[in-house]
Amino acid sequence: MWVLDKLQAIGKSSLGIFERFGRATIFLFHVLSGIGSLITRPQLLVCQLFFVGVLSLLIILISGLFVGMVLALQGYYILSHFGAEQTLGVMVAASLVRELGPVVSALLFSGRAGSALTAEIGLMRATEQLSGIEMMAVNPIHRIIAPRFWAGVISMPLLASLFSSLGVLGGYFVGVLLLGVDDGAFWSQMQSKLDFYDDVLNGVIKSIIFGFAVTWIAIFEGYDAIPTSEGVSRATTRTVVYSAFAILGLDFVLTALMFGN
Amino acid sequence: MTGESTDDIVVKIRNLTFSRGNRKIFDGVDIDIQRGKVTAIMGPSGTGKTTLLKIIGGQLKPEMGEILVDGHNVHKIKQKDLYELRKRMGMLFQSGALLTDLNVFDNVAFPLREHTPLSESMIRSLVLLKLEAVGLRAARDLMPSELSGGMARRVAMARAITLDPMMIMYDEPFTGQDPISMGVLVQLIRKLSDALGLTSIVVSHDVAETCEIADYLYIIADGKVIQHGSPDYLYKEGNPWVEQFLRGLPDGPVRFHFPGVGYEEDLFAGALDPTDIDK
Ligand SMILES: Nc1ncnc2c1ncn2[C@@H]1O[C@H](COP(=O)(O)OP(=O)(O)OP(=O)(O)O)[C@@H](O)[C@H]1O
Ligand SMILES: [Mg+2]
Repeated sequence: MWVLDKLQAIGKSSLGIFERFGRATIFLFHVLSGIGSLITRPQLLVCQLFFVGVLSLLIILISGLFVGMVLALQGYYILSHFGAEQTLGVMVAASLVRELGPVVSALLFSGRAGSALTAEIGLMRATEQLSGIEMMAVNPIHRIIAPRFWAGVISMPLLASLFSSLGVLGGYFVGVLLLGVDDGAFWSQMQSKLDFYDDVLNGVIKSIIFGFAVTWIAIFEGYDAIPTSEGVSRATTRTVVYSAFAILGLDFVLTALMFGN
Repeated sequence: MTGESTDDIVVKIRNLTFSRGNRKIFDGVDIDIQRGKVTAIMGPSGTGKTTLLKIIGGQLKPEMGEILVDGHNVHKIKQKDLYELRKRMGMLFQSGALLTDLNVFDNVAFPLREHTPLSESMIRSLVLLKLEAVGLRAARDLMPSELSGGMARRVAMARAITLDPMMIMYDEPFTGQDPISMGVLVQLIRKLSDALGLTSIVVSHDVAETCEIADYLYIIADGKVIQHGSPDYLYKEGNPWVEQFLRGLPDGPVRFHFPGVGYEEDLFAGALDPTDIDK
């Protein structure tokens, strides 16, 4: 009979997953319906843009720089086998703008800002701050959660763009200044081979979708956390793990859709 | 005992039933809270007094029964109307529930900034007035983490009265207060009710202080209202439950322990089997 038991257990846990996903979706609608209060009070959003976006700048910029430098080193090594060092600029920029910029910055963002959002919201719930706000006749989802959500969605593409820009500069530094690739070729090849719509815009669309997914996961995990220290710590871990899955899974799907044919 | 007309009843609870897991917290509870009076709710720890306040505030949904606050069924009205209603209900949380990223002043100013178009100077005067009433005007720049438990509760109390609501629910306002601040708070609650006609619901374990200011008492235990009436009436009536509770006697019909198996049974369940000792 253990087969039946196992089947039952699998059914139960998948029902649990669907139920949670359903709750997360309803929660998202409540968050989205709070947009009105942000239009009338933009300072709430600005304040969160600082916490979510500006404070993530350092890690994003430094990582972008190093990823670009490493790309140039690796790329130069391979391209020089074919005598194609002059295309180093294209290679660095295309990898960053299409893939590494959106994906790596989203992964970093989930670790830096997503986990912080989950912990903050989870603790506000555990200490009854959200209930307190609710009893003061202020909707906590509109007042507390919605500004954080939009701050994440807005920050992510900007951070990803900065990541890619710094990466290109890092690539320039290593490729042109250290390894001696021709300065003019580095930039002109990049300019002629990269397409604004195919490469840059698709990368930006990716990062907007990642930002949406990561921030949604972070705020929902915080809001849905069991209101204890252990519950909040588990929720924070889940934010980082689920975000990574979501980013990589979505990236595969989006890449297939955008560049597949 | 409740011969008033319905207009004088701000909160009307009928046949309230509520469970946590398998445990029934409330089982058919009826409560009337009179307008402009101080009503105290007492009962052993863990009977569901905090739960009751959250149900009245619309944060928890009962399984059965209806709760009318000022004529509105809290769990049936639209969310927008519930928020409108909450503007007229203040609540002091047992934990204080201060916003930890705002200082004392901004915490008390929070409801004003959210709900009124008042200028900063007006807000300042109002906030200082409320902080003065709880004796914490000079502490306005402290962060919640820099407050003691009793101070945090007094800030929360100032915040609960900033919007001048029609009704305030106090969840254990006197816990952790020294005798002086306790006396001030007791008088503050009484004065708010006398001067402004505010309806107060006070949940408290401090029998003497609560009986001093309460116009009416509800004693709940085991999911039911055990007895209700004016403090004098309850003292005179001599119900053994009430007697035990009001006088703080350890023995009587009210159980001190959370329901479960007997102490002896529990102790011996974990003891060594005597035959094991030889081995
Ligand atoms: N989130 C929860 N999940 C499950 N059970 C809960 C929860 N909160 C409270 N309870 C249970 O509900 C009962 C009533 O809790 P409540 O906090 O209302 O008690 P109380 O009367 O306010 O007690 P006290 O005087 O100690 O504050 C308790 O026995 C508790 O075990
Ligand atoms: Mg309580």
